[in-house]
Amino acid sequence: MTLDISKIRADFPILHQQVNGKPLIYFDNAATTQRPQQVIDRENEFSLKINGNIHRATHYLANKTTEAYENSREILRNFINAAETAEVLFTHGTTESINLVAHSFGEAFINAGDEVIISEMEHHANIVPWQMMCARRGAKIVVLPFSNDGILKINLLDQLITDKTRILAVTHVSNSLGTVNPIAELINRAHLKNIPVLVDGAQGAPHYTIDVQKLDCDFYAFSGHKMYASTGIGVLYGKRKWLDQMPPFLGGGEMIDKVTFSKTTYNELPYKFEAGTPHYIGAIGFAAAIDYSTNLDSSQIHHHECNLLSHATSLLKNIEGLTIYGEAPEKAGVISFNIAGVHPFDLGTLLNQMGIAVRTGRLCADPVMDHFGVENMVRASFALYNTSEEIEAFYTALVRLKAMF
Amino acid sequence: MTIDEIQQEIIENFSGFEDWMDKYGLLIELGNELVPIDPKYKVDSNLIRGCQSRVWLHQEFKDGIITFEAESDALIVKGLVALLLKIYSNRTPHEILASEPRFIDEIGLRHHLSPTRSNGLLAMVKQMKLYALAYEKISTKNN
Repeated sequence: MTLDISKIRADFPILHQQVNGKPLIYFDNAATTQRPQQVIDRENEFSLKINGNIHRATHYLANKTTEAYENSREILRNFINAAETAEVLFTHGTTESINLVAHSFGEAFINAGDEVIISEMEHHANIVPWQMMCARRGAKIVVLPFSNDGILKINLLDQLITDKTRILAVTHVSNSLGTVNPIAELINRAHLKNIPVLVDGAQGAPHYTIDVQKLDCDFYAFSGHKMYASTGIGVLYGKRKWLDQMPPFLGGGEMIDKVTFSKTTYNELPYKFEAGTPHYIGAIGFAAAIDYSTNLDSSQIHHHECNLLSHATSLLKNIEGLTIYGEAPEKAGVISFNIAGVHPFDLGTLLNQMGIAVRTGRLCADPVMDHFGVENMVRASFALYNTSEEIEAFYTALVRLKAMF
Repeated sequence: MTIDEIQQEIIENFSGFEDWMDKYGLLIELGNELVPIDPKYKVDSNLIRGCQSRVWLHQEFKDGIITFEAESDALIVKGLVALLLKIYSNRTPHEILASEPRFIDEIGLRHHLSPTRSNGLLAMVKQMKLYALAYEKISTKNN
């Protein structure tokens, strides 16, 4: 049985609208995906009938919400196959997840003169938190470069790892180049030298089945809003052996055991890292989004997304003067490009006028722009509800727009 | 022509087009016709940085009149820059300060001026007004 895309599209109310008088074509999924009715309904149900602050009270609403929140954690645990729910921390998203690790792992394990390896294709969210930590601790960043086709030079990793290296932080899938990195191999190589690995899964978790135990990654960070859930909710998976040794990131409610003015002792995992009232409705919606996508055939979704990418790639290559950035053999549904003589801002503006939503700009990846010597790029990114017809309409629009310049 | 008369003329030129793509077509044409800024002024100190496109703005003040030269790397922005120059260049500080670029709203391009678009255009208008304010103060002082 093949995937019935029209049935899937019917689940996403936002897709059925006109923008500037044209049917919306939404190709900015790497920035944020749209939410199915099932997620919207689940969140609404909690907003309308069940809202109560979790873990704090004995009343009906609080109990129901706590139960749903913890049940969501279990759904997320199962989704990434973590060994225990205590290793699944809810955060605001990938950015907070990485900041948490950079801060708390840094406090515990990184000292003056130490080194952190990141890759050249990282999103700013996997660069800046490490720089901030390095500035505090007197450590430094070491960069694993990529080749011009967008493939990490993983053979260089062994020589970049020194006795000063404390952690490797690398993206699963590049948000700008679409490259799917061989994270299992990277983790394996790093572990051979006893270096823990954080994987930025913001673009990986939406497209791949994640088994953190099989991967043996030390941390895996991802966001709900890139996988059909709401903004403001994400997950940090961390191995207990690290989380137990790391000090809390934020202080406040929920994360404490006992507070006196002279000393505070901290709660157990995962609560130690969940200060304040979490975005529990978002977490409940996140679990609904996971239920939604896992109810579909994952191999068929993957097949569909690969088809969209290869269809788009082969059509776009027909456009003279069009350069695609990132041509790794294994790519997720992201295609970044420029057309010679056409500024990405102009292209994005005119595509919007034709109802087509793409990302333009620096894609939160300045080092990638610098690598290719460009100021900006245009990026189209696909999700399970996109269609071949949309890709063809996009291609036709690009051909028409190019002629205007 | 006064600033207001020029704005009115621009609004009328654009209202002739039904299709949005034609309006953008005209902006692209205006962008292509814009006299490039003198390369010696296309420097970082004259750069108004937006997230997506850049604008360079140079000014000179002589005999009570401010003259602007400007350029952008994006063609649509360049078209808007050309219109702003038509309106604000070769004016007294007082004229510049007394007039808002209402044409942008009226031809339906308001979203290009929202801070979130970060295309440097809003910052360009602000910068032109700041120059006008500074020169007005200098002129008053000298008088």
